[in-house]
Amino acid sequence: MSIPSPNRSLAARAEPWLLLLPSIALFATFTHIPIVRTAIDSFHSTPKGARPSRFVGLANYEDMAADPIFWKALINNLVYAIGTIPLSIGLALAMALFVNGRIAGRGLLRMAYFTPTVLPMIAVANIWLFFYTPHYGLLDQIAGLFGFGATNWLGSQATALPAIMVVTVWKEAGFFMIFYLAALQTISPDLKEAAAIEGASDLTVFRRITWPLLMPVTLFILVNAVINAFRMVDHIFILTGGGPDNATNVLLFHLYQVGFKFWDQGYATALTIVLLAILSLMALVQFVAAGRRVHYQ
Amino acid sequence: MVRNAGGRGRVSRIEVQELTKVYEGRKAVAGISFRVEAGELCVLLGPSGCGKSTTLRLIAGLEDPDGGTIRIADREVTHLAPKDRRISMVFQSYALFPHLSVADNITFGLEVRGVPKAERRERLGKVAALVGLTDYLKRKPGQMSGGQRQRVALARAIIAEQPVCLMDEPLSNLDAKLRGEMRVEIRALQQRLGLSMIYVTHDQIEAMTMADKVILMKDGHIEQAGTPAELYERPATTFAARFIGAPSMNLMRFGGPADPILGVRAEHMRLGPPIGDARDATVASIEYLGADTIVGLARTPDETVAVRLPGRAGVRVGERTGLAWEPAHEHHFDGASGRRIVSPPTGTAASVGLPASAAAIPETTSL
Repeated sequence: MSIPSPNRSLAARAEPWLLLLPSIALFATFTHIPIVRTAIDSFHSTPKGARPSRFVGLANYEDMAADPIFWKALINNLVYAIGTIPLSIGLALAMALFVNGRIAGRGLLRMAYFTPTVLPMIAVANIWLFFYTPHYGLLDQIAGLFGFGATNWLGSQATALPAIMVVTVWKEAGFFMIFYLAALQTISPDLKEAAAIEGASDLTVFRRITWPLLMPVTLFILVNAVINAFRMVDHIFILTGGGPDNATNVLLFHLYQVGFKFWDQGYATALTIVLLAILSLMALVQFVAAGRRVHYQ
Repeated sequence: MVRNAGGRGRVSRIEVQELTKVYEGRKAVAGISFRVEAGELCVLLGPSGCGKSTTLRLIAGLEDPDGGTIRIADREVTHLAPKDRRISMVFQSYALFPHLSVADNITFGLEVRGVPKAERRERLGKVAALVGLTDYLKRKPGQMSGGQRQRVALARAIIAEQPVCLMDEPLSNLDAKLRGEMRVEIRALQQRLGLSMIYVTHDQIEAMTMADKVILMKDGHIEQAGTPAELYERPATTFAARFIGAPSMNLMRFGGPADPILGVRAEHMRLGPPIGDARDATVASIEYLGADTIVGLARTPDETVAVRLPGRAGVRVGERTGLAWEPAHEHHFDGASGRRIVSPPTGTAASVGLPASAAAIPETTSL
């Protein structure tokens, strides 16, 4: 036709940006700008009444390093992550393999496994609160049948965090199972048959064929599980409130208390930045370390 | 080269007796029996749903039969696991492991069976050279063309050095040119290695060009078994007559539904001047193929006839013409059952309901 006019080329260049504009606006308003604001705020003191916020440098971070509850919450969070992530992923895989086979009542079983995911965490926590109640809770009633005494599952230092972790695994495993199930169904049954003719046992087929082909999904689940391990604290509010004596206090719960209970926003923003840094670092490590071994079809 | 079959040939016969498989009350395989001799390439041929793939999967041990026995190399294997049957198999989808390299795909079975690494490497080298994959061993299946993937599947089957190789529509995902090349290659490999092969296909050209023996199946039973020439020259039923050969055999009814059906192959027919009886037809289509031409004719409102003429045909669409053939080229089938009538009563014309005078048609005028 003709040489494109400058106006047209400008319009052509503007088009993709215009298409991206709505999502950019939303992300900027609710994610990117707040992150930058938080980072800036973390170097400032908390405004109090007549005293406005002022630049304090790394003082908030120094406070954090000196705060024993921060360290307790960080360690609790790591224990919580290490205790729940492999267990829920392993359970999810086992359940997916089980309901992927030819068994009677398969649909019902799949639904049952998925139910915890559909329930709100608050409702889940309340159900488990009943399970854990000393003396007349479900666990103690069953323990009583075998002659054991009452246990204050949520009230003692030793059992409170594991009790919280059990609830998390129970809720997360069903959710991850759905991803594994979907991935298993994309693997052609021919592969298993070909391996069987070559003499591979079920275990070998899983180890050499199924598991490697599930790697992309495992990576996806792992990233989500790590994020959830630092993000899901709803049930802690209902079950323990972080106690006893910070035994179930984790980073986000600590952050909530500092920011909205003690109203120390300067310190809270510093905590937020640290939490964000930990999560970004972990996601990066996972992608780099696992990325090499993941086969995408 | 790969260990030759000299010794193994003696024992790698496959015998299937009264094999039955029922799916949801329907007999997918209805008590079939056949035998494949050592070193023979046997094609299971038939339309989709005829039970040929199920038969192959039963022999492989991927399905459990509801009746009958399977013997491989004089050993009953009916209920053995696939790995204990001394077979290899090529799947229609190739069933390559997408996350493994070509080399690892080919040697997967050797590794699983605990063959030492040095021997694995040696056998891989030989097999890769045999199928022309030497330069592709480090690639992943996803980086290869359909034809190359087919070779990987073939190599994986060969390297096992099992005496029996099963193939399930191995060429159906390739384009026509590659299919033609692979037909020749697979046949050459099979003969060179002395494999006993059962080859499933719905493509009668593959059956005709590759097979020592063709087993034509329909609705779970064997319609006809024999050499390609036997199936072509003496089809046992109208189904076999229609299925083998392109264009398929012309089947003509000159009488009522109970009268015999007359079959004549397209290349055995000639066109002549119309003579005013039931053998006149109207030219409906002309397909020029170069060396010859297929003329399609409408003989009755619901019966078409194809005639293969050398070179170009001197007829036009819509032209009225007569059909002619030698009595020696006639096939006769029972009008009701469709079975071949082995010795038709003398006077073939009468037997199919034609007036006797019309049987001798003058040699066709040059067209």
